[in-house]
Amino acid sequence: MTFGVLQFPGSCDERDALAACKRVGDARMVWHEETSLEGIEAVVVPGGFSYGDYLRAGAIARFSPAMEAVREFAGEGGPVLGICNGFQVLCEAGLLPGALLPNEGLRFLCRQVDLEVISTDSAFTRGLEIGDCLSVPVKHMSGRFFAPPGMLDEMEAREQVVLRYAPGQNPNGSSRDIAGVTNEAGNVMGLMPHPEHAVDPLTGSDDGLKLFAAVARAAAHVT
Amino acid sequence: MKVRVLIRPKEGILDPQGKAVERALPALGFDGVRDVRVGRLVELEADDSSHLAELCEKLLANPLIEEYEIQEIS
Repeated sequence: MTFGVLQFPGSCDERDALAACKRVGDARMVWHEETSLEGIEAVVVPGGFSYGDYLRAGAIARFSPAMEAVREFAGEGGPVLGICNGFQVLCEAGLLPGALLPNEGLRFLCRQVDLEVISTDSAFTRGLEIGDCLSVPVKHMSGRFFAPPGMLDEMEAREQVVLRYAPGQNPNGSSRDIAGVTNEAGNVMGLMPHPEHAVDPLTGSDDGLKLFAAVARAAAHVT
Repeated sequence: MKVRVLIRPKEGILDPQGKAVERALPALGFDGVRDVRVGRLVELEADDSSHLAELCEKLLANPLIEEYEIQEIS
């Protein structure tokens, strides 16, 4: 199966994302001006500072030609994983609920955090166990997940909250310790931590690889 | 026409930037200042006002977290 990793001007984690995808399948970069995702079975929207994050993080990237293709792809049930800036882009595009606000403490954060798997009812956590702990780094300035309380209740009821920061480890003030969410269908997921930076024990953890492996399995089911 | 759009964090949403400014003021001797909120100002020229609200909703502001105010200057 083949992953497509989006590349915007200002992306900076696309190469790590590509390397992570290649551990579980084939992968190619998709330049932001491309309009077709032909042959691609799963999309990763990587971290960075797309279009300089002008206006708001992710606000401009959502209008790129490649994102139009991603919208169509996601609408057809294709798996899409947004990491960090990619999560912000997917929220701005309306493909995921909520928004990411500047960190509570105003500082750029860069640290290893523990994530708790809350739902396995998504293309990216299927095969994991509820309560599994994943050690993955975060590095962001605007990672405070926000949604109005009513929307949060609905998301929790529909099992759209898939990852939470482990108790006491919420680094940015996210509502209800939320680290990762999905759309209603479960095929689009976004998270602030960086699973693509945790794919080899050499760098402290390979827990992030589990999400890519699950994506690969999900893509195999689609085709 | 010249237009000014003011964009603010919605009421009730924590604004850490405003808090940081608020905390810095007493250090400079400015006491008695409260409830600092930091937003964004966008100035633009438009042929007419027909699409202003729409472009605010779709791009300039994120209605989930921000409110906007359109001021027609001239």
